[in-house]
Amino acid sequence: MRLSGAEIIAHVLEEQGADTVFGYPGGAVLQIYDALYSHRDTIRHHLTAHEQGAAHAADGYARATGKTGVVIATSGPGATNLVTGIATAFMDSVPMVAITGNVGSSLLGKDSFQEVYTMGITMPITKHNYTVQRAEDIAPVMREAFAIAGSGRKGPVLIDITKDATINEADFTPGTAFVEEKPVFTSDEEIWEILNYIGRSRRPVICFGGGVVSSEASQELYELVHKMEIPAVHTLMASGVLGWDDPLNLGLAGMHGFVSSNKALNAADLVLAIGFRFSDRVALNTGRFAPGAQIVQIDIDPSEIGKNVRVHHAVVGDIAQILKKLLPMLETAKHPEWLAEIAAFKAEDYQAPESETKLHPPHVVKMLAEMAGEDAVIVTDVGQHQMWAAQYCRRVKPRSFLTSGGLGTMGFGYGAAIGAQLGVGGRRVVHITGDGSFHMNLNEACTAVSYKLPIITVLLNNSVLGMVYQWQHSFYDDRYSATQPERKTDFVKLAEGFGATGYRATNPAEFRDAMEKAMASEGPVWIECVVDRNEMVSPMIPSGGTIDDMIIY
Amino acid sequence: MNDKKQVQVVSMLVDNNAGVLARVSSLFSRKGFNIDSLTVSATDNESLSRITITTQGDKNVLSQILNQTAKLYEVRRVVALNPESSIQRELLLVKIKADENMRSVVREAAEIYKASVVDLSVDSMVVELTGKPSKIDGFLAVIEQYDILEMCRTGVTALERGGAVLGQALESAEAEA
Repeated sequence: MRLSGAEIIAHVLEEQGADTVFGYPGGAVLQIYDALYSHRDTIRHHLTAHEQGAAHAADGYARATGKTGVVIATSGPGATNLVTGIATAFMDSVPMVAITGNVGSSLLGKDSFQEVYTMGITMPITKHNYTVQRAEDIAPVMREAFAIAGSGRKGPVLIDITKDATINEADFTPGTAFVEEKPVFTSDEEIWEILNYIGRSRRPVICFGGGVVSSEASQELYELVHKMEIPAVHTLMASGVLGWDDPLNLGLAGMHGFVSSNKALNAADLVLAIGFRFSDRVALNTGRFAPGAQIVQIDIDPSEIGKNVRVHHAVVGDIAQILKKLLPMLETAKHPEWLAEIAAFKAEDYQAPESETKLHPPHVVKMLAEMAGEDAVIVTDVGQHQMWAAQYCRRVKPRSFLTSGGLGTMGFGYGAAIGAQLGVGGRRVVHITGDGSFHMNLNEACTAVSYKLPIITVLLNNSVLGMVYQWQHSFYDDRYSATQPERKTDFVKLAEGFGATGYRATNPAEFRDAMEKAMASEGPVWIECVVDRNEMVSPMIPSGGTIDDMIIY
Repeated sequence: MNDKKQVQVVSMLVDNNAGVLARVSSLFSRKGFNIDSLTVSATDNESLSRITITTQGDKNVLSQILNQTAKLYEVRRVVALNPESSIQRELLLVKIKADENMRSVVREAAEIYKASVVDLSVDSMVVELTGKPSKIDGFLAVIEQYDILEMCRTGVTALERGGAVLGQALESAEAEA
């Protein structure tokens, strides 16, 4: 059939199962939005306040559901406003398809109104990107884009489409949704080598990261940990893959990881790195990471093997497939002496203070995690609150802790929470933020109100840019340059101004009361928690440091 | 382990699309890989171009270059060429200030290197030399003492010796499809 380019875009979105999309209209995408109007019953488009919010929403939707998120923006500023959102998804390997309009092909390169070279700007922050100038290229390019975004190591793909390509007609043949076929892992030799390493080890540790979530390998990882009785630590990206209360899950490792997790890595004679890319927030000192350990790495991306830390053996492939092959080949093992050592490390873990008269941030996170329940999805912004959330969020399911790990994007949270809420339907979504991050993109409150999304925002307000403030306190002689903004924002009034509900809490009783009211509410609620600016995230190992440099405030 | 920083020649076949050179050079730039020279050329297959890059690094850097480059969708094949088993050639054009007295001096040096004089004016000569990069370096070292007005090297272009073909696996895969 003959269809306009814009109609083809809508048909391919339907065909690829993109029933929930995010975006913002504009001149270069008018034709696309006209087609979306015709398809509004099958493609639910969500208008955000800002394109950045739309990109984070598509990202949050993808992280929460495992599906590919879709965002649409116009040319020029529409495209540049997506950049932070696309880069955020790229750094955390989140599947996303971004569609941007561009000026008509006859106007390209002439500094036309709202023209930028979107392809050049987004080249280093996408898995792949395209410029499309002909209507007949739209369907094949979009299908390839969904395939690239959702396969292998996932990531964002951008398609820049000129306005004339959306208006012109082309033949369209219906297709089917892309489904990744993961080849079964067959190499016995590579697995035998892993068995040898495990067999020789007396003090093994598994360090797992976001790759386990992407590969949907949580069950296999659980079986590996328990069959072999190997204690496990995880990165920021892998909260919830193993239950927080699993005795073999030591929890977060790295810069703000637990004492026990970091001590276990430091004392290990074998580290099985699974979907973990040895980032500088975990392998803080690449030369002295797990200094006594042999390292075996399992990852889908060959370029991650030995990139930051030299490894002794590596297996490249889909984690779930590799673990499925590995598990039946393993003989059950026990490591009682090692676990006794681990228990001693656990006894050294920092105990965060709790009080009934004032709010300590870790206590707030524990309370909200308990009240929101195991089924809830927690979304964070970036900074101190993010680290407290990661330490105490108490998740038991993968895809229930969504955070910007690689790029560390302040302002990620609200948009991502909106996308997550639309993705998970009736499940509770709690957005944990700080006053710095929230000020960046709190404009998305209008979106949460428009779509009646019952997102609870728990705002840890310490009146400073806490993480930078913590570094200035620790390493810059308390010279608080540009971190004490003296803002006078009244968050309760501001919430009301947006048509949302706001509460303010200064002690645990007030907080629990506000949480209860929020959980009964049908629309977005903000709970401002007034906390002390001198609350620091403990423990902390400074950049480039080792366990010997650990600070407990 | 071979951790020595070495000159490496990386050869790749890429889709002949607009922007593919930008993708490759942007990748090298953001990953901090050095580009000493870069050539792009047509191949016997009009849908493919060949990019040849000379770079420097140890074994780990080279492995990162190959793995990261292979992740680009428009890069079909990428290999590091072993200097022992590949032919590397470069072309040099150099314009030397040469009055009547200097002409024979320059020509003598050129003859030893089998370079040819391709242009002559009242006070200058242009010499052309093709050869291995080391030969070009050698010639330049000799003529350095003269007054060089300007020069241009094309950068390395290279092929593997023997019957091995970089695009072979690709072409047979395409034939199967």
